[in-house]
Amino acid sequence: MTAPAVGDHLRMDRRDFSTFLAALQSSGYRVVGPTIRDGAIVYGDIRAETDLPIGWTERQEAGTYRLERRADAALFGYVVGPHSWKKYLFPAHERLWTARREGTSFAVTPEPVDETRYAFVGMRACEIAALDVTDKVFLGGVRDPGYEARRTRALRIAVQCGQAGGTCFCVSMGTGPGVTHGYDLSLTEVLEGSRHEFLIAVGSEAGAAVLASVPVQSAGPDLDRTAERIVSTTAASMGRTMETVGLRDLLLSQPDHPAWDRVAKRCLSCTNCTMACPTCFCHTTEEVPSLEADQTERWRRWDSCFNLEFTKLHTASVRTSGMSRYRQWLTHKLGSWHDQFGMSGCVGCGRCITWCPVGIDITEEVSALRTPAPRAAVGAPR
Amino acid sequence: MASEHFARPAPPAQVPMAPVPYEVRSQTAETDDTATLVLAPADGTHVPPARPGQFNMVYVFGVGEAAISLSGDASDSTVIVHTVRAAGRITEAIVRASAGQALGVRGPYGRGWPMDLARGKDVVLMAGGLGLPPLRPVLYEMLRHREQYGRIEVMLGARTPKDLVYYPEIQSWRHRADLRFQVTVDAAGRDWYGDVGLVTARIPDARFEPANTVAFLCGPEIMMKNSARDLEARGVPATAIWLSMERNMKCAVALCGHCQYGPDFVCRDGPVFRYREIRDRLSCREV
Ligand SMILES: Cc1cc2nc3c(=O)[nH]c(=O)nc-3n(C[C@H](O)[C@H](O)[C@H](O)COP(=O)(O)OP(=O)(O)OC[C@H]3O[C@@H](n4cnc5c(N)ncnc54)[C@H](O)[C@@H]3O)c2cc1C
Ligand code: SF4
Ligand code: SF4
Repeated sequence: MTAPAVGDHLRMDRRDFSTFLAALQSSGYRVVGPTIRDGAIVYGDIRAETDLPIGWTERQEAGTYRLERRADAALFGYVVGPHSWKKYLFPAHERLWTARREGTSFAVTPEPVDETRYAFVGMRACEIAALDVTDKVFLGGVRDPGYEARRTRALRIAVQCGQAGGTCFCVSMGTGPGVTHGYDLSLTEVLEGSRHEFLIAVGSEAGAAVLASVPVQSAGPDLDRTAERIVSTTAASMGRTMETVGLRDLLLSQPDHPAWDRVAKRCLSCTNCTMACPTCFCHTTEEVPSLEADQTERWRRWDSCFNLEFTKLHTASVRTSGMSRYRQWLTHKLGSWHDQFGMSGCVGCGRCITWCPVGIDITEEVSALRTPAPRAAVGAPR
Repeated sequence: MASEHFARPAPPAQVPMAPVPYEVRSQTAETDDTATLVLAPADGTHVPPARPGQFNMVYVFGVGEAAISLSGDASDSTVIVHTVRAAGRITEAIVRASAGQALGVRGPYGRGWPMDLARGKDVVLMAGGLGLPPLRPVLYEMLRHREQYGRIEVMLGARTPKDLVYYPEIQSWRHRADLRFQVTVDAAGRDWYGDVGLVTARIPDARFEPANTVAFLCGPEIMMKNSARDLEARGVPATAIWLSMERNMKCAVALCGHCQYGPDFVCRDGPVFRYREIRDRLSCREV
């Protein structure tokens, strides 16, 4: 066969997946992907294919996540867990610069460029969409050097979902389950009877280069049709839906809707939803001086709009009530995000639903806000 | 509309988040907890000059940084003047900085006061407490080109006479015949001959032609909200009233998310906003 090229649709036998991983590693990538840790599928280093959750799946519902054995030995037979790729591109804790005293003044040394070349193996369609969102956030205005360094080097190996999770609603958000763009390679796992293989769509030169040393053949229309069928079956079995028509205005025009108070009675302000969300980008900065006081470091750390100190001014915080903090999160994510970035901040991955300890469901909250508020409550003085 | 306010200034070409060393040239106490610092580049590198209403992130080595507005004369690009109140750990360290000490500066950030929209108009400046420092560059600019403006009415409110910053300068402004500078305090002893009461109570007295007026407001949110309401009631269009909003800020480059105010990032889209754009948000609690 001729060398793989952009636009090719190729076939790879399941037995060659290890060769594929080895090709990534020998191309200099740090391969990261799904792996099981502490009872959940999270993202971590993948040294061998046995690090993948082979034969595992999970059951997700609002506030519930449980790993389960599959009847087959699928490599990607699950959806998304509590981690997202943002943990690599926008680490939870990152040094920005170091400063050293020099005489009466000081000198600042920016953090050296992170030259890690990640291969993200198993990016779902909603996660490719989340990447579009974080690209807009971190590269659309003032460019964040750390994000940019890692993002431009990263190889995106997508996987089209063969099943939907209980809290998924990518179809509503127009982000999945089919992978349409933004990949270097896009895989579809086909596991039917004794047939276990991958359809690979080549999206970039970098993706094609990796395949040079992997046994692949032309896919042929039969495999393409099978992949399409898999994706449409997944699309038809979404765990959740969300009506998005007019959503921005609906959210921003009803700051006094009683649904806000109702959800606030349940919300613990634990910040789980914002940590798990692949697009939440808020962070804080920290000064970490050395004990000798001649050197100091500036770090940043994930922060959350659910934290009381998040809006602290000298006297008090602006958003003291849990109601106002939940309202801020939702109106930002689904509403003002459009004003800021020209897109929704939600990609329908369902993480915030699954990982909310009290099972608050973003799709249900939107439905509640669509229910007209009782007359008395509309515009009532707060 | 062609206004410098709407031209979002290009972000300064610095390593984002890295402060540039400045040396404290002088530190002058204004009140018990407030000081004015004059800063000059420590090693020749300097940040671009700020316009009235813009702010810098001012950094204390090993402590952290805070958003501080330009309070000096914007036409003097050799130094940066900041007036800082010790409100917490970082600002305390800034206020305590002494001549010769190095501080860091990055900026300037944000959209300042729309100076060009005020030209040819009557001008109302209303300040509450430490809202005066961000308005002082406006006053300097207008007094330097006094002929370009109509009446200038300044209304300043403070808690007590002891909380007034720029006291000697206020005296001299009050003696000028080409502007009116009213000062009112919430509470005072028998040694205060000025007005006592809310700054909004000065509005009915102020002389300006409402339809031909531009108003710049800076102070506590409630003071700005009530002042804007009263100015509008006197006939100043909501489009001609501008407020400088304050929110928690960590990055000042619209990345950290802290300063979000509805769809706006205060650090980038503000801190100066047109009243008409934010009126709904001002009347909604905890936005
Ligand atoms: C656009 C803008 C312009 C400002 N101009 C001035 C000025 O000219 N002079 C002046 O004295 N002060 C000004 N401030 C307020 C000043 O930034 C805060 O007082 C300062 O950040 C408080 O930090 P701290 O550590 O000393 O206080 P602490 O109360 O110890 O701060 C605790 C935390 O809350 C945050 N925080 C507290 N208050 C504020 C606040 N008001 N704004 C943002 N973050 C806050 C701090 O970042 C810190 O992390 C301005 C604020 C903004 C947003
Ligand atoms: S808001 Fe919830 S469903 Fe939407 S992207 Fe974030 S975590 Fe996923
Ligand atoms: S919505 Fe749920 S996950 Fe989010 S802060 Fe509230 S309790 Fe925590």
